[in-house]
Amino acid sequence: MSSALDHKNATTPAPDAGARGAVASLLRMRELPVLIALALLVLITYLINPLFLTAQGVKDLLLNATIIMILAVGQTLLIITRNIDLSVGSMLGLVAFGTGSLFSAMPDVPIIAVFVIGMAFGALLGAVNGALVTLAKVPALVITLGTLYVYRGLNNAWAGGKQYFAGDRPEEFGALSVNTFLGFPVITLLAIVVVIAVAIYMSGTRPGRDLYAIGSDPDAATAFGIKVSKRVFLAFLANGALAGLAGVLYASRFNSVGATTGTGMELTVVAAAVVGGVAIFGGSGSVTGAALGAVLLTTITSSLTALRVDKFWQQAIVGVLILTAIIIDRVASLRTAKKLRISEARNV
Amino acid sequence: MSETTSTTSTAPAPVADNTKPLASEPKGRTGAARILMGRDAVTIYALVAFLIYAAIAIPRFASPVTTGFLLLDVIPVLLIAMPMTLIIITGEIDLSVASTAGLTSALMGVLWAGGTDIWLALAISLLAGIAAGMFNGFLIAVLGLPSLAVTIGTLALFRGLALVIIGDNAVANFPKALTAFFTSKIGGTGIPTVMIGVVVVMVFFGVLLHFTPFGRGLYAMGYSKEAASFVGINVARSKFWLYVGSGAVSALAGIYWTLRYTSARSDNASGLELAVIAAVLLGGVSIFGGKGSIPGVIAGVLLIGTLNYALRLARVSDVVLITVTGLLLILSVVAPSIGSAIRQWRHTRRVRRSFTRKAT
Repeated sequence: MSSALDHKNATTPAPDAGARGAVASLLRMRELPVLIALALLVLITYLINPLFLTAQGVKDLLLNATIIMILAVGQTLLIITRNIDLSVGSMLGLVAFGTGSLFSAMPDVPIIAVFVIGMAFGALLGAVNGALVTLAKVPALVITLGTLYVYRGLNNAWAGGKQYFAGDRPEEFGALSVNTFLGFPVITLLAIVVVIAVAIYMSGTRPGRDLYAIGSDPDAATAFGIKVSKRVFLAFLANGALAGLAGVLYASRFNSVGATTGTGMELTVVAAAVVGGVAIFGGSGSVTGAALGAVLLTTITSSLTALRVDKFWQQAIVGVLILTAIIIDRVASLRTAKKLRISEARNV
Repeated sequence: MSETTSTTSTAPAPVADNTKPLASEPKGRTGAARILMGRDAVTIYALVAFLIYAAIAIPRFASPVTTGFLLLDVIPVLLIAMPMTLIIITGEIDLSVASTAGLTSALMGVLWAGGTDIWLALAISLLAGIAAGMFNGFLIAVLGLPSLAVTIGTLALFRGLALVIIGDNAVANFPKALTAFFTSKIGGTGIPTVMIGVVVVMVFFGVLLHFTPFGRGLYAMGYSKEAASFVGINVARSKFWLYVGSGAVSALAGIYWTLRYTSARSDNASGLELAVIAAVLLGGVSIFGGKGSIPGVIAGVLLIGTLNYALRLARVSDVVLITVTGLLLILSVVAPSIGSAIRQWRHTRRVRRSFTRKAT
């Protein structure tokens, strides 16, 4: 319906409408305000405290964003289909501890194998979520709240009071989050590759578009012949695999992994997606936006430190940011609805 | 729909005998069966069964000491679960409750440490909770923003404000008389004195939900917001007051937490929101809205509380306990789906069989 209307509006005006339309759609892009906010934040912090953008400063910014970025990408796949996964923090914790145990049991295991095993483990955990949600037809919020506790309990039982430290892991594995390539830490490059790959998948392939259709209207998607359960299950699986990847990277980045690794991360991840313009009721938003949201959320913490703002204000500011993002989305959707109403009235 | 299928076949299509078998089809329960077989009744049976089992099988379980510690531990969840039930029945959610409790606790600590009269400090803290609820209510009911997203935002905001107020300090020197009152018991029963106040809150929300037009309207809203506003329910105003109530009760829970543990810190009650929601859902409230009851929720809260307590008495490691909460929650929502799948399968089989009988 709306695409037909857009098409009509685009063809009727002067021939240069194409270029103007492109600019307009660029301005309407939901990622733009996030990008502008991020740029302003970095610029202002830099002007006040030039040390913020030293090579080490940039590296820290990127490293801090990496893990939340990957988790936000996975979460976006689900939120777009009107689902959610609250168990990501627990999945990350299990995989991170699993990585530590793997290295202590087999010190010579190749690093690539660790990544494969970690992602497979995560995918398995995600598949449990997906199977419960799609087979029992129970809302994802409830199921993943349950698995949040179950996975955390498993992690507690497995780890007990044990922790693995950086010394327990091979040097090359830890080096992944120390070494840089073209100024980017290796694990951040990995995250960027993930974002680009998933973004292309979501915007350019049939299954990717199906996810949007499912989120816009599940009944219509079923009527259209989309295998809703299968797609949602695979989205949970993919989210689990990404949480697994994040878990492996966590083990590389941080000094210690134990029973409480990743606790409370789920809400930060959902917040990153919301700040990045992913509508909580599904059907709209993009992976790139969510990744930018993650970068914005983590950068704010660093720049408040650089600006010597009292560290206690950080969380309150994050809260205000989330609320602002929701209000911007609401205003934008009201304006779109109004515009559609007017153009529909003209067509009659 | 049915006419088109029957006209396509030339021969008279076999029709299921629609007099006898359909009469025995399951239909909505009425009267006593509805109360005794309902989803919330199942939670209550589970609670009673477990209490009996624990009293017999676990040494030292059946004693006033148990009652005391058990109730003292579940009171914050029990309190917050009341407004949460009403909110989830309308199809919304409030994730900011634990942060509101933390904010109240921090405020109370700072006011008391700053020399304010304790009763004035309590009153201001309660008002702060109400203000926090009004802020949520304004964003959700007036501006029409999605509650899940808004309360994730205010979860961070309120916890952040708690940090701003008290930093990483802790205030502990509350008046002895007051903190002693909060852990005191009624006679030899082991029931904490504060339970009287908690029961008042439970009765208030129970009556509000089950016996007033406002409460019945909440169920209508949970089924369909449009239909509810057509029958004259002011959806926005109802929602607004629910969030105010949620803020006020969260503040009470924050005050309780502070005086029970004699400590005002910014991270008090953190993570409690998920425990509350788990208990409410276990008590038979549908996350889609429109279904649930206060007695069921109370049973849900107590069931999780007793299970944890009993497992702790049985020397099950503390950290494994949360797995039980998670499994219970999953089981409680998956079991009805399995049940309805079996009923559906039996129904299909019966209809098929009546077709084959006609054909032969």
